[in-house]
Amino acid sequence: MSQLVFDPSKVMTIDYTQRTEYLDGLEAIKAAHKVLKEITYTPSLPDKGYTNRTLYVNVGSLEIKEKPVTQQMKDVFIGGRGFGLYHLWNAVKPTTRWNDPENEIIISPGPVSGITQYAGTGKSLVVSLSPQTEIPIDSNVGGFYGPLLKFSGFDALELQGKSDKDIILFIDGVKGIIRIEEAPTDPVDSHVLAEILTHMYAENEADLPNISVVSTGAAAEHSLIGMLNFSFYDRRRKCVRFKQAGRGGIGSVFRNKRIRALVVRGPKVAGDLNHPADPETIAKTGIKYHKEIRENDGSQCMMRRNGTAHIVEIMDAYDLLPVHNFQYGSHPDTHKIDSSYWQQRCTQHTVDGCWYGCSMACAKGADGLVLRTGPYKGDMVTVDGPEYENAAGLGSNCGVFDPDYLLELNFYCDTYGICTITYGTLTAFVMECYQRGILDKQRTGGLEMTWGNAEADLEMMHQMARGEGFGKIAGMGVKRMKEYFIRNGYGDPQLINDIGMENKGLEYSQYMSKESLAQQGGYALTNKGPQHDEAWLIFMDMVNKQLPTFEDKAEALYYFPLFRTWFGLNGFCKLPWNDVVPANNSSQPEAHKVPEHVQNYVDLFTATTGIQITKEDLIVQSAKVYNFQRVFNIRMGKGLRLHDAAPYRSLGPVTKEEYESRAERYDKQIVDEMGLDPKGKGTEEKMALHREWRTGRFSQLMDAVYTRRGWTLDGVPTLERLKELGLDAFPEVVEVVKQHL
Amino acid sequence: MKQLVIDFQKCDAGRNCNHECELECAIKVFKVDDPAQAALQIKAYEDGGGHAVLCDQCGDCVVVCPSEALKRNKLGVVMINKTVCVGCYMCIGFCEKDAFMRNSDWITPHKCTSCGICVKVCPHGALAIVDVPEPAVRII
Ligand code: SF4
Ligand code: SF4
Ligand code: SF4
Ligand code: SF4
Repeated sequence: MSQLVFDPSKVMTIDYTQRTEYLDGLEAIKAAHKVLKEITYTPSLPDKGYTNRTLYVNVGSLEIKEKPVTQQMKDVFIGGRGFGLYHLWNAVKPTTRWNDPENEIIISPGPVSGITQYAGTGKSLVVSLSPQTEIPIDSNVGGFYGPLLKFSGFDALELQGKSDKDIILFIDGVKGIIRIEEAPTDPVDSHVLAEILTHMYAENEADLPNISVVSTGAAAEHSLIGMLNFSFYDRRRKCVRFKQAGRGGIGSVFRNKRIRALVVRGPKVAGDLNHPADPETIAKTGIKYHKEIRENDGSQCMMRRNGTAHIVEIMDAYDLLPVHNFQYGSHPDTHKIDSSYWQQRCTQHTVDGCWYGCSMACAKGADGLVLRTGPYKGDMVTVDGPEYENAAGLGSNCGVFDPDYLLELNFYCDTYGICTITYGTLTAFVMECYQRGILDKQRTGGLEMTWGNAEADLEMMHQMARGEGFGKIAGMGVKRMKEYFIRNGYGDPQLINDIGMENKGLEYSQYMSKESLAQQGGYALTNKGPQHDEAWLIFMDMVNKQLPTFEDKAEALYYFPLFRTWFGLNGFCKLPWNDVVPANNSSQPEAHKVPEHVQNYVDLFTATTGIQITKEDLIVQSAKVYNFQRVFNIRMGKGLRLHDAAPYRSLGPVTKEEYESRAERYDKQIVDEMGLDPKGKGTEEKMALHREWRTGRFSQLMDAVYTRRGWTLDGVPTLERLKELGLDAFPEVVEVVKQHL
Repeated sequence: MKQLVIDFQKCDAGRNCNHECELECAIKVFKVDDPAQAALQIKAYEDGGGHAVLCDQCGDCVVVCPSEALKRNKLGVVMINKTVCVGCYMCIGFCEKDAFMRNSDWITPHKCTSCGICVKVCPHGALAIVDVPEPAVRII
């Protein structure tokens, strides 16, 4: 593949000031707000990354209280996802379901989050019991809410209870006010709601960047796949933009609690608000990294030009781009939605970081989209993205190669508050069911769900937002759709199960894992279901070929989920870790770990908290939380080997067409890997051989990975492993495990 | 646009002067008695000749600044608004001339304002402020 060259002369000129504004009703909406509860508190800034207190809000009883952060919380859970899991464990019982009042949504930024000198340091982690998986889910999200929450005085926000009216929680971290307001007439969809609330709570124009809003939209209310939009104010575009806590349906929990929005007003951000122990090291490490981006990004990933969409064409070239529900790995129309297009379509002369100091700046925006369907038809909007996952999930995986439709799908997913990845995968499943006669026009209520039919696709989404028709069924997600289709006798149960791309109830994200054993494990052997947060190994395995042996793959499935968990404990974005690497990286030992960047992270943690750690300690910190989460899953009735099973589509070819599209490769594997002769065998017979070989290999991988992780072959962390990690200090954790040994 | 330039036919890279330009810039412009904090840095090469770290007001840093703390003033000079700056140092990392400076004691960085104070004290008359057209905005 030749390296794409950026040509500034091809960038479309789009006047983003022409965007539709939604501020008309602001005064009336504000007048309708009623204060239900208000308290005052003393704001404080963090010291060495911690404010040392968290905020608990019960939206049902209106109780608001501060809780101290204990030394044990810091030692074992660090922050972010760790704090989220800790609070959630204490809040729920094994019998708690996602829509019970005791379920919580916890938002925690982590100790490093909020520094401004290094790329990718403004993330917060959102944790809740997922309506889709019924176990804890965590989502790593940008936008300003997390850092501003911390600069208002809190290391985490716990939301519990259930309101009987729509409410907004407002935290004023400058004046020291926390208020729960009834919000009876606020708009529902994020792009309207967040714009209004940002202007409503900002004291003047200069205050706009100090406001961040967490919200969702209409479809979150009627589905299980709701997500949360975390806003940030884009100073150049003068508009409110979003990053999404997408996976696992936390937006549905949010609406189930009848929370309309969370608003924080923080102090004006400066470079020292996190009060790190050693600002000089942070400054030097940050500047070194900014220089690296300047020098290398243009010849490596072009994140600053394309965002994550830069890998669309790479995935296509390596036969790894999901096409038609993960059946195929490439498509002749991919060029219509690859990065050579997006770098013309996304606005370029602007700063697209989702937090200050992100020189990687992948949060691209496509301005000037005039919507063709739905309630906002005719409006001109700015679309956040598209990210790779959206281009692949909403695009190639559903056969949609019209970029404007793709952007419209992306826009509506965002404003309606549903996860683009989940929506893409479930729509691909619906379309394949339609192709194979499992669904038909009657069963979909008239929607013609053929590959690439973007209009039907959008209509299904609008139905989801209205809570009607087939859209409502689709909004249950792949797992529940499979059960529904099978129960109603729509088709062959095995086929339905084979092609429904979910594990633990969560939809697969957008990489074709069929030919990458490492990624098969990376998806299925996860704590929270198949996503690319825990183990994104496909690039290492298939493009860079850094994991040649079975042992390499198993080791990678030990190391990388732990390494990547650490980002979520501290409030880091994972992209700056390996989307740009030092020029000499490939000549370093263990190049796939990007050793110089690992050292940067070690240095940043130490410089923030003043706690000296090594790269080995970093893994131990993660292992504590990772194993705690595994035990949490077991406590909730999942988290065992059987729950790590993968749908066959993710392991191998389900259908004849799939086999035949790669016959040469598959036949060769029969010779090389199975020692058999494919000659004279029919496709069905060869498929059966593959199924046996591939499922066997996956099962072997499970054994190897569990053993390396210090788990039993049933996937349960052993008592020795818990002891080694100091988790035996929690008797409840030990109790859960004991029942399974 | 006002731009500081140096003539190495005249500047001998500190061999026959006391880096008066740096010291004057540090003291008068940035109020610190430390020439290392000056917005220009003159370095001598061992084999003769020299090199100057100078800001040419190219504007690249304006493009990368996430908080719009950097703007051109009426004279086309790139100026920092310290109350808006969030101390991210992207301007430092993205300046190809290494001309955006940082003092460990300050949270915001600093740069040349094309004020010309250094010009006046150079014993060899090697520095000058010139008026040149503003370059086009670059996508970086
Ligand atoms: S790399 Fe992208 S997602 Fe990560 S912090 Fe930067 S802008 Fe945000
Ligand atoms: S500081 Fe550097 S990037 Fe900024 S105007 Fe001067 S030379 Fe250009
Ligand atoms: S350090 Fe200040 S002036 Fe420089 S890029 Fe960051 S915000 Fe802008
Ligand atoms: S022109 Fe002014 S700010 Fe620039 S180097 Fe000379 S004295 Fe310093």
